[in-house]
Amino acid sequence: MADRPQPMFDTNELVINMGPQHPSTHGVLRVILRLDGERVVGCDIVIGYLHRGIEKLSEHRDYAQLVLLTDRMDYVAAATNNLGYVETVEKLMQLEVPRRARYIRTLLSELQRIASHLIWLGTHAMDLGAMTVFLYAMRERELILDLFEEYCGARLTYNAMRVGGLPQDLPPGWDRKVREFCAQLESKIVEYEQLLTHNRIWLERTRQVGVISGPDAIAIGLSGPPLRASGVMRDVRKDEPYAAYDEFEFDIPLGAAGDTYDRYLTRLEEMRQSVRIVRQALDGLPDGPIIGKVPRVIKPPAGETYHAIEAPKGELGFFIASDGKSSSPYRFRVRPPSFCNLQALPQLIRGHLVADVVALIGTIDIVLGEVDR
Amino acid sequence: MTDAVVIPLLKIVILLVGVLCAVAYLVLVERKVVAWVQVRLGPMRVGPHGILQPVADGIKLFLKEDITPSRSDRWIFMIAPILTLVPALIVFAVIPFGPQTTIFGTPVSLYVADVNVGLLYIVSVASIGVYGLILGGYASNSKYPLLASLRASAQLISYEVAVTMTLVSVILMAGSLSMVGIVEAQKADGVWFFFVQPVALLIYFIGGLAETNRAPFDLPEAEQELVGGFHTEYSGMRFAFFFLAEYANMIVISAVATTLFFGGWLRPFPSVEALWLLDYVPGWVWFLLKTFVLLYLFLWIRATFPRYRYDQLMRLGWKVLLPLAIANLIVTAAAKVFL
Repeated sequence: MADRPQPMFDTNELVINMGPQHPSTHGVLRVILRLDGERVVGCDIVIGYLHRGIEKLSEHRDYAQLVLLTDRMDYVAAATNNLGYVETVEKLMQLEVPRRARYIRTLLSELQRIASHLIWLGTHAMDLGAMTVFLYAMRERELILDLFEEYCGARLTYNAMRVGGLPQDLPPGWDRKVREFCAQLESKIVEYEQLLTHNRIWLERTRQVGVISGPDAIAIGLSGPPLRASGVMRDVRKDEPYAAYDEFEFDIPLGAAGDTYDRYLTRLEEMRQSVRIVRQALDGLPDGPIIGKVPRVIKPPAGETYHAIEAPKGELGFFIASDGKSSSPYRFRVRPPSFCNLQALPQLIRGHLVADVVALIGTIDIVLGEVDR
Repeated sequence: MTDAVVIPLLKIVILLVGVLCAVAYLVLVERKVVAWVQVRLGPMRVGPHGILQPVADGIKLFLKEDITPSRSDRWIFMIAPILTLVPALIVFAVIPFGPQTTIFGTPVSLYVADVNVGLLYIVSVASIGVYGLILGGYASNSKYPLLASLRASAQLISYEVAVTMTLVSVILMAGSLSMVGIVEAQKADGVWFFFVQPVALLIYFIGGLAETNRAPFDLPEAEQELVGGFHTEYSGMRFAFFFLAEYANMIVISAVATTLFFGGWLRPFPSVEALWLLDYVPGWVWFLLKTFVLLYLFLWIRATFPRYRYDQLMRLGWKVLLPLAIANLIVTAAAKVFL
C-alpha cells in the first residue's frame, strides 16, 4: 500500500471496533481495526473479557478439583484439556496408567478433536456466509456430544479423566455407537467438501488469504493445524507420543501454501485421520483396570514439570510446580494454543479487507475461554 | 367513470395488498426453505407449521419502539426507508400478470398500466431504491452502516450497468419497451426468450441477486462482517420498510425475469399445438408459478453459497458480467440485422 498516490484531500483512517459483541469474533474478542476504506491498515487485539483467573484459582484447589477447572478453558474441547492436565500430574508423580485407560483417553480425545474441528468448520464457514455448513457440522457434533453424555453424563464440561486413569469404564454398547458414528461422519465430510472444497466462491475467499510461511509461523509460535498448514511437520502426537498414540497408525496432514484454504484442508483431513485412530482404538481396546494405583490424596513430590499434548487447536501445555507439602500446585501455568495462535492475527490481517478479518479470526480457530483463562 | 377510475383503483389496491402479503409470506417461505435445506423445521410455533408467523412478525415490528440515534440526520434517517420501499412497490404497476380477460362481462387487463416505456420505467424506478440505502447508512451516524452503505452503492451501481445491458438485448429481440409488448413478441415468435437469450438471463439473474443484496452478494448486510449492515441503527417499522423492500425487490426481479425470459403469462411451449390442454390454466397462474420457481432459486442459492468479498464482487461485475453483457448485446444486434 506504500506506493499509493497521495490523496488530494484530507483523509483519515477509520477506526472501528470489532467486538467484544460482534457476531463473528467467536466470543468476546475485541479487535480494534484501523481502516483505509475497506482495507485494514492495522489492528490491535484486546483480550481478557473472559478472564476467570483459572491459573491462580488452581493454587487453592487440590489436584483432583483442577480437572474441573480445565474443562472451562477450551470449552469446546474439554476432554483434551483434561487429558493434558492429568498427564502432567501423572508425569510429576510418575504414575503408571493402565493400558485400557490410555486407549480410552486416546479415543475420547480424538472424538473431541472431531467435535472441535466441526465447530471450527461450522463457524468458519458461517463467517464466510455459508450458513448451511454450520448446521450440518453442528448436527454431527451433536452425535459426539451424545456419545460423551453417555460416557460421562455431561455434554460440554466433561470432567472425564482422573489422575491415574478414568472415573468410569465405557458403558456397554458404546463402542458400537462410536463405530456407527465414524461411518456416518465419513460420508458427512464428503458432504462438507461438496459444499465448500471446490466451490469457486469459497476458493476465492480462502486462497491466498492470510498467508503465513513456515519460518514465520515458527517464529510467532503457532502450533497445531495453522502451523502444519504452513508445511511445518510438528505434531505432539507423533513427536512426543502420549496416551496411546505410539500404538496407532495415522498420518499428519501437511499444507503447503499456509493460507486459509490450506488450513481448511488440513483440518478436514485431520478429522479423517481422527476417525482412523478412533477405529484402531476400538479394535485394539485391551481389557484391564481403568485406573492405576493412585494415593487417596494426590500430593506430588516437590518439583516441576511441563507436559504438552496435541489439542485440537494446537499444542496445549501444562506447567505444574509442586512444593511437595500441599495438595494443590504451587504454580499452575497453561500454554494455551488459542492464545499463542492469536498472536498471528495482526500479521495475517494487515493489508486484507474487512471481510477477510472474519475469515482470519475463524481460520486460527480460537476459543476465548482458553485465550483468557 | 367506472372503467377509468374505479377499476384501476381497485387494481392498485389489490396489487398493493397482494404484494405486501406476498412479501410477508416470502419471508416465511424463505425461512422454511432454508430450514429444510439445513435439516431444520423452521418456524413452527405460530399457527400450524408457522403459517401465522408473518402476522406475528408484523405485529411485533409495529409495536416496537422506533429509535432515532442521537446526532443522526433526522430527516434523511426518516426518509431513507420510504425511499427504498416505495420504488420497490410501484414497479409492480407495469408488470403484466396476465392477458386481457373478462371478469363478470367487463374487460379487465391483469396489469395496472401498460406503459409503452415499461422496461425503462422499471429500470429507472428501481434505481431510486439505492438512494434509500446510501442515505440510510449515511444518516445513521454510525460506522458499520456507513461502510455498508458505501458497499451498497458501489455494488448496486456497478451491477445495474450489466443488468441494463442485458435488458437492451431483450428489447432488441422484442422490438418493444412495453412489458406487454415483450410478452406478445414471445407469443409471436413462439418461443420464450430464455431459449434465445440464455446468456442474458444468466447475467440478469446474477445481477439481480447483487441488486437485491441477496446471498452470495449480500455484502451490504453481511451480519458476520458489518453487524447488521446499513440498517443496523434502524428499528421497528422503519427497519421493516427496508426488509419489505428487499423482499419486494426479489419478487420484482423474479417477475421481470418471468416476463422477459419466460414468456410472462404464456404457457410452456406456446407454439406447440399438441399441448392445447395447458391453455385451460389461466395465464396468471403460469405467471405466478414461474415467478415462484425463480424466487425459490434465490432461496436455494442463499442456502448453498458462501459470500463474495467486496473486491471480488466488483471484479465479477465489471470484468466479467459487463463485457459479457456487451458482447451478448452486439451478437444479438448483429443477428437481428443480418439474419
